Amino acid sequence: MKPLLISGLSLVSALGDGLEATRLALHKGHSALAPCGFEKLPINAWAGEVHGLDTALPSAFSTFDCRNNRLAERALVADGFEQEVARAIAKYGAHRVGLFTGTSTSGILTTERAYQAGALPDGFAYAETHNTYALGRFLRARLGLTGPGFTLSTACAATAKLFAVAARMMAAGLCDAAVIGGADSFCGTTLFGFHALGVMAAGPCRPFDEARTGISIGEAAGFALLERAPETPAPEALLLLGTGESSDAYHMSSPDPEGNGAATAMRQALADAGLAPEAIDYINLHGTATLVGDAAEDKAVSGLFGPGTPRSSAKGFTGHTLGAAGMVGAAVAALAIRHGFLPGSPHTNRLDAGFAPGHLLTGRPAEIHHVMCNAFGFGGVNCSFILGSAAP
Amino acid sequence: MKLFLNAVGLRGPGLDGWEASALILAGKVPYLAAPTAIPPATLLPPNERRRAPQTVRLALAVGAEAFASARLAPADCAAVFASSGGDGETIHDILATLAGPLRELSPTRFHNSVHNVAAGYWSIATGAKTPATSLCAHDGSFVGGLLEAGAQALAAEGMVALIAYDLPYPEPLASVRHIGAAFGVALLLSAVSSTQSLARLEIELCAPDSYACTRPELEDLRRNIPAARVLPLLEALARGEEAAVELDYFDDLALAVRVTPL
Repeated sequence: MKPLLISGLSLVSALGDGLEATRLALHKGHSALAPCGFEKLPINAWAGEVHGLDTALPSAFSTFDCRNNRLAERALVADGFEQEVARAIAKYGAHRVGLFTGTSTSGILTTERAYQAGALPDGFAYAETHNTYALGRFLRARLGLTGPGFTLSTACAATAKLFAVAARMMAAGLCDAAVIGGADSFCGTTLFGFHALGVMAAGPCRPFDEARTGISIGEAAGFALLERAPETPAPEALLLLGTGESSDAYHMSSPDPEGNGAATAMRQALADAGLAPEAIDYINLHGTATLVGDAAEDKAVSGLFGPGTPRSSAKGFTGHTLGAAGMVGAAVAALAIRHGFLPGSPHTNRLDAGFAPGHLLTGRPAEIHHVMCNAFGFGGVNCSFILGSAAP
Repeated sequence: MKLFLNAVGLRGPGLDGWEASALILAGKVPYLAAPTAIPPATLLPPNERRRAPQTVRLALAVGAEAFASARLAPADCAAVFASSGGDGETIHDILATLAGPLRELSPTRFHNSVHNVAAGYWSIATGAKTPATSLCAHDGSFVGGLLEAGAQALAAEGMVALIAYDLPYPEPLASVRHIGAAFGVALLLSAVSSTQSLARLEIELCAPDSYACTRPELEDLRRNIPAARVLPLLEALARGEEAAVELDYFDDLALAVRVTPL
């Protein structure tokens, strides 16, 4: 693909609002995971909760008010993202800026609470809160965009796939710039659902640890603004270089233990970027800390890159932010490139003896040009994308 | 975007497969209202067939029909799934369970609650390790899916399946979200023509104008089922005459499609 310029980027997670708060936590190795106080689960689950989501949306957007859209709103304000969108609208026109969002939960928490109260209230705003597109509908109104868009929902690979969507939509001439990203927030469906599957850890998640027992769920929202890159981008520019997608065709909620689909997605991303595996300086792993998932990803990554390429998962910092995980990956990749460091993996105490030595348990400085990000999800969906610096 | 349409699968009320439906859409055979007949998901192994919700059965049925008529292997093609919601029965069941005293979800129900449930079962059923995606734009989901499938076809120069489907919710969600009936459509799209190509499609975004289906019964479906917003395109294809149609997307944006049957 022709590289695209990432001219705006924002993230809100349990680590804090904005990239700087995220960077500080990654640098210090501070995990945001804590015992889950949101729902009472039968086990001592830990979670990465975003606090301060009690304030309703401004009255002009009150029909959209729900936890998921409040979280999205926070990520519009963070990192000056909405100002970047306004600049893109002024440059291209509101109808030429695509809006491709991703979520797995949408605002289903609102519906859960209505069912618990015994009935849907009068004026229940299905399209603005519950529906999968509620996030896209809110952002279209909030940002004043009038171009093409949809909400992509492929479970935990939802926002990761948006990098590929934006690249194709711009190549097809449907838009000149694209706002991508999304939000995933707590709800009973995911908290009790992952517990029912037996893949939720008691205590904090420990990616790639020999004692890992499952995931910790987190909340996050993040956005990126993509534009065509100039012929000679500024050295500090952040670029999207390649994307890859595949399906396991194996099981609805369990990954192919051989990691074949994951390897295909990573290989395609490399081919799309025109890069050899050796060009990748850091791999931001999906690594949710399930027994099978981590093993499959380690196998796929080591098969393609060998044992040494530095790698880590951000799940020990933020929890597994489900549909928003792709934006956490993008933010971690951008920070690693801009600030020259490799993040570690808090709560990973002893690397599983069967895994490659490239796993980072603690962070360290390093010069980084190219980062591969992985996101995999239910339905056997796999997505990888590569971010890089324009510096030679 | 310039695309070629190579095969169609269709299931809706009174519309049992593309071959029979094309005669109705062309006005050669009267439309007779009947509940949507959703065939069993024979693509799936028996244990998965039992677990698969209605949404999956509908999506698999129209997808299988399109690939069978084109004599193509689904495993070779990327697939885009578009639906205005997930599986309503599954979501209602989870919501009711979470509202009850014992908040224990079924693991199968949980993994069936994701929007990409049909995409997941499709890849398992067909062995397709190609990319599969799933998207929603509320009432505009069909056009959202067509844009994504079209952009994929242009990028990969291969065949891409677009499978759009909607089913009514059970109560109480049905009272806040009306979907008229179960309706599914599959289109096989490509950037280059083939011997199977049925029509050339020239697609561009446009300001919405009021556009309706020719037949009032079909217009009723188009207005009440998001996936049925494909019907103007299918009417033009069935009539076999070049036509400019418009597909509803958002309140302020529509899709103009010039259909040239081949």
